[in-house]
Amino acid sequence: MSSRIPLPYSPKVLELFRNPRNLGPLEDADVVEMAGSPACGDMIKLYLKIAHMEDGDYIEKASFESYGCAANIAAASIMTELIIGKRLEDAWRISWKDVSNELGGLPPIKYHCSILAVGALKRGIRSYYRRLGIQPGWLPKDLTIEEKQVIEEEKLMERYYRSMASLDANQG
Amino acid sequence: MSGRVRELLRFHGNPPKEVYYDIENSGFVPKEVIDVMLPYFNSIGYGHPAITHKPGWEALEAIYEAKEALARTIGNVDPEEIIFTHSGTESNNLAILGYALRNRARRGKIVVSSIEHLSVVFPAQHASELLGFKAVLVPVDDNGLIDPEVFKAYVDRETVLVSIQLVNHEIGTIQRLRELVDIAKDVNPDIVFHTDAADAYGWVQVDVKKLNVDMMTISSHKIHGPRGVGALYVRSGIELESPLKGQLSVERLWPGVENIPLIAGFKKAVEITFNGFDSRIDYVRRLRDKLIKGITSTVPHTLVNGPLNEYRVANNANISFLFVEGEALTIELSLNGIYVSSGSACSSRVLEPSHVLLAIGRKHEEAHGSILFKLTRYHKEEDVDYTLEVLPKAVERLRAVSPWKP
Repeated sequence: MSSRIPLPYSPKVLELFRNPRNLGPLEDADVVEMAGSPACGDMIKLYLKIAHMEDGDYIEKASFESYGCAANIAAASIMTELIIGKRLEDAWRISWKDVSNELGGLPPIKYHCSILAVGALKRGIRSYYRRLGIQPGWLPKDLTIEEKQVIEEEKLMERYYRSMASLDANQG
Repeated sequence: MSGRVRELLRFHGNPPKEVYYDIENSGFVPKEVIDVMLPYFNSIGYGHPAITHKPGWEALEAIYEAKEALARTIGNVDPEEIIFTHSGTESNNLAILGYALRNRARRGKIVVSSIEHLSVVFPAQHASELLGFKAVLVPVDDNGLIDPEVFKAYVDRETVLVSIQLVNHEIGTIQRLRELVDIAKDVNPDIVFHTDAADAYGWVQVDVKKLNVDMMTISSHKIHGPRGVGALYVRSGIELESPLKGQLSVERLWPGVENIPLIAGFKKAVEITFNGFDSRIDYVRRLRDKLIKGITSTVPHTLVNGPLNEYRVANNANISFLFVEGEALTIELSLNGIYVSSGSACSSRVLEPSHVLLAIGRKHEEAHGSILFKLTRYHKEEDVDYTLEVLPKAVERLRAVSPWKP
C-alpha cells in the first residue's frame, strides 16, 4: 500500500458519511456543477435551485452526489446545509476553512475535500451568472483559491495520463 | 489528540459481528502466542541477553531458540545467519542500506522490482541519492510477474544488489524467483540477491538454498506473531554495515536491546505456521476462492487485481470496486464489522494510490476502488458468508451516492 497517514475523523464526518443530508440529484436544478474526477479519487456534483428575490438570488435548494472518501461526502453534505437559504452573494463568501470547521476540523491531508466542495460551489455560481450574461459587482473576476486548487487537481491527472500515453506511444 | 479518536470510536460502536482481513497491515495475536510471551515480561528472561546474570542468560537462550526455530524453516540454515530486527521494514532497510553502506566505495547498480514494498523501494532510492548507487525499477506484467527476458536487460556487470519479493504483499503474485536469481548469478556470481519474503513465509516454500538467495526478510505480524519483530537471513560471508548505530548486544548488525517477549512470540507463531502447513494452505485457499467468487458473481463492475492462476498466493484477495472510492468503502465496511484496507489515494500520505496497482497497469480510478483481503487459518466459513452478505450492500450504498456511474 502507499504510505499511510492516521485519519482521526470527527464523529460529525462519520455521521454525515453514514447519513448524508441533501443527497441525490435535484430534478429542477438551475445549476449542475462538477469538480474533481474519478482519476483524482474525489468528485463532487452539486445541484442548486435558485430563487430570485428583491434583495438578491437565493439558494432555495441544494443537493450533491459524491465519489470520494468519507471526508469528501461529509464536506459536500455539510456545505449544502450551509448554503441552503443563503443569497448567492453570501454563499460565495463561504471558504473551504468554514466547511472544514463545520465538520469539527478536517485532518490537514483532507483539506482538499472541503476545497473541492467549495470549488464546485464557486464554479457553479460563476457559470450561473455567465449563462445569464450578468456579472454581479461582488463576483470577483479572478479565480478564488478553491477554484484554482480544483483546476490544479484536475490538471494533475490529465498531465499524468498524457505522459503515460506518450510513453505508450514511444514503446509501440 | 486522543479525545478525538475516543469520540470517533464511541460513534463507531462495536458491530455485533467482526471479521478482520487486514493482516497486510497488522493483526491480532492468538492466545497461544501471548501465553508464550507473557512470562518473558516479568518471570524469566527479562534481563539483557549480553549481560552475565541469570535473567540475561535466559533471554539469550530465548533468542537462540527462536533463531534455531526460524533457521529450520528456511532450509536448515545456520541459526547464526538469522538476525532479529524490530520489523520487516527494518529487515529490508538493513538488507538494502546495510549492503550499500558496506560497499559505498564500490557503488554500482541496485535492481528492485516496481512492485516491491516501500521499505525496499525507498532504501534503494536513498542509496541512490546519498551513496552514489544507481537504483533501477524493473517493470512487471499485468499479473505482477517479472518477465525473465526483461529482467535480463536490467541486470548487467554494473549490478551489485538485486531485491525482488518472493510474494507480493498487495496482489499476491508468486514471483518465479529462482529463475531470476539464476539470471542474475549468470551475469555475475558476486551479485547479492535479497528477497523480501514477508508475504511468502508460511505460504510458499522459502528454502534459501533452493532459491539460492543471499538475504531474506521475514516479518512476525504477517504470520499472527506479535508486531515489532522481524528477521533477516544473511548468508554467511555477506558483509553489511548497519545503518543503525549504538550499543551492540546479541545482534552485531542491529544495536539496542533485543525484545525477548516479542522474539519468543515470533518463535511460537513460526511453530504454529509450520504445523500442518499444507492443510492450512488448502483450507485458506478454499475460503479465499469462495470470497473472490462470491464477490465477483454478486457485485457488478469489479476487477480482481493480481493473477488468477497458480501464481497467486493462497491467502490473497485484492479486488477493485469501480465507481466506489476505497477509503469510503473501508469505513462503510468497518461500521459493519468488516476490517479491510484500500490502495486508494485517500488513505495515503501523499494522495497517490498504490504504486503496486499502478505498476500492473491499473488506472488511478481503478486503484482508488481497491480493497485488500488476507485470509488466515483463523477465518471461518461463516466469516466469508457474512462478508458476502454485507459487502454488496456497502458497495451499492456508496455507488448510489456517487455521480460517477457505469
